[in-house]
Amino acid sequence: MKQYYKRISMPARYLINLVLIIAFLAAGNAIVSGGVINRAQSSIILQVGIYIILAVSLNIVTGYLGQLPLGHAGFMAVGAYAGAIFWKSGYGASLPAGLSIIIGLIFAGIVAAIFGIIIGVPALRLKGDYLAIITLGFGEIIRVCIINLPSITGGTPGLMGIPKYSTFLVVYIAVVISCAIIHMLMKSRHGRAILSIRENEIAAESCGINITYYKVMAFAVSSFFAGIAGALYAGYQGLLTPASFDFMASINILVMVVLGGMGSMIGSIIAAAVLTSLPLALQALNTYRMVIYSLLLIIVMIFKPSGLMGTYDFSMSRILERIINFKQIRADKKAKKAGDANG
Amino acid sequence: MDKLVKVPSNALIPERDLGKLPILDIRHLGIDFGGLSAVDDFNLTIGRTEIAGLIGPNGAGKTTVFNLLTNVYHPTRGSILLDGKDTAGKKTYQLNKMGIARTFQNIRLFKNLTVEDNVKIGLHNATDYSMAQAILRLPVYWKEEKKAHEKALELLSLFDMQDMADWKAGSLPYGAQRRLEIVRALATKPGIMLLDEPAAGMNPSETAELMENIRKIRDTFHIAIMLIEHDMNLVMGICEGIAVLNYGRIIAKGSPEEIKSNPMVIEAYLGKKGGAKAHA
Ligand SMILES: Nc1ncnc2c1ncn2[C@@H]1O[C@H](COP(=O)(O)OP(=O)(O)OP(=O)(O)O)[C@@H](O)[C@H]1O
Ligand SMILES: [Mg+2]
Repeated sequence: MKQYYKRISMPARYLINLVLIIAFLAAGNAIVSGGVINRAQSSIILQVGIYIILAVSLNIVTGYLGQLPLGHAGFMAVGAYAGAIFWKSGYGASLPAGLSIIIGLIFAGIVAAIFGIIIGVPALRLKGDYLAIITLGFGEIIRVCIINLPSITGGTPGLMGIPKYSTFLVVYIAVVISCAIIHMLMKSRHGRAILSIRENEIAAESCGINITYYKVMAFAVSSFFAGIAGALYAGYQGLLTPASFDFMASINILVMVVLGGMGSMIGSIIAAAVLTSLPLALQALNTYRMVIYSLLLIIVMIFKPSGLMGTYDFSMSRILERIINFKQIRADKKAKKAGDANG
Repeated sequence: MDKLVKVPSNALIPERDLGKLPILDIRHLGIDFGGLSAVDDFNLTIGRTEIAGLIGPNGAGKTTVFNLLTNVYHPTRGSILLDGKDTAGKKTYQLNKMGIARTFQNIRLFKNLTVEDNVKIGLHNATDYSMAQAILRLPVYWKEEKKAHEKALELLSLFDMQDMADWKAGSLPYGAQRRLEIVRALATKPGIMLLDEPAAGMNPSETAELMENIRKIRDTFHIAIMLIEHDMNLVMGICEGIAVLNYGRIIAKGSPEEIKSNPMVIEAYLGKKGGAKAHA
């Protein structure tokens, strides 16, 4: 935008976003707890929230960093079991619920991030597509470990009796904070470093960017939020089975990111919301889910390979700026058209 | 322009840089690719504010020398002293922090990012706040980001590109892309900047302007510049010392006048047929 357009100042932007977030929270809470929708519908909302965190966190690595991991569900599993075990333990149970939830979520994220660093350091130091293979293996190994450690994880039958902490309020706040942190991170020198690696590794290195550090960092942050989503999932289901974290679960999340547009947070959010709620809402669709996904992917890859939203970043303030500058922008467009016609 | 003088390692640097540590001291540098030696026994010293040229026919090994100097390729033989410090075993990003920046023959911009962000990525290590400070949007974040924004515009204005700050780098015209690469390299605050064919694809007026700007950059920032270029007007016009590479070996070193009249150089460029391409 040119200089003379009215701009919304930074503090005002944050205020606008804050007001919107609280308004959404109030509306959502009223709808969920006010009996406007039934139990099945409100459980869909919770799942949408969990998948939004999974998609935006995977997007850090696929969209922003430009790598292809295939084991996001593995990190989700690590976080799910870490959170569940904490909440079931004496420590978790002795704390007031609110504090226990917060500590459990952060603990789940940290454990998942540690796994992310352990996997990421060897996989990301190598040039080439080793990450896909190694994360694919990791996802499977985690599942096998869960099955074979019944004393800790409950084995194949599952881990039961997890406190159902994932209320609308908890999930909503977790979604907002996760998205906000990822957004703040990406709009900083660290975020730019991550993007520069996607754009051109050699050039990034020549600009003094430690690419291994930033790759591992992005991967760890991505795993951290996958872990939080996993813990939310545990608190939503009340029961964890290893089968929930198989390869298809990873692919599911990847499809959301690819469809939504790699590198677009709003794209990931929309795709996660649509792809989670549609099959749940229309049970008939569920049988054909994988067929529909494949078709959708093929169609998008043919007509819009960059995904539905491309790399577009949503900004409420930018939309408002367009509205307040509407007259000026229209006048400029007309002037430009006239100029083009003459020239 | 100062005249070139001999220094102990039998190298040439401009007179005004005498008595100061050379920015680059390259000795017996060499690399083999599968038994074939692409660069061999490469010796060169570059003064702290020198504009040096590296020329030679296609495939002579010029870009390979740049890749060796930035440790994109690791040398098989020889040593490099950058500002007096040995660069052996260092990573590319560490060498940048030590003071070497470069551009690329086949432009490597961050195409999908804005012009301003390209420069800000060059300013990465000069922008000083932690991840936690960024996420919490503490005052230091705003202060440093503002500083980076202003610095980016200031650097862009060197090439009169400040109005293109919001453009996607990939959508810039070719010449502007090459200029942006120089700005980005300059943003990393190098002691020496390596330019790989900066005038490639530019028209004569753009090239003339580039020559002026390269000289201006050297005079404003007091840095050394080493450039690879096929455009002899540019090389002969701004380089103080020139090294000629053929089949990976330096066949001549000297001032533009010495190089122009060197029979080995003329032969390397034109074969036995004779002619005057090197003077073009
Ligand atoms: N990674 C590599 N592996 C094998 N051979 C290489 C590699 N990089 C360069 N070479 C070879 O080294 C030689 C020198 O290449 P280089 O790119 O340095 O030439 P140049 O002087 O920059 O040429 P030009 O003027 O065409 O840019 C060429 O024969 C090239 O094939
Ligand atoms: Mg070359």
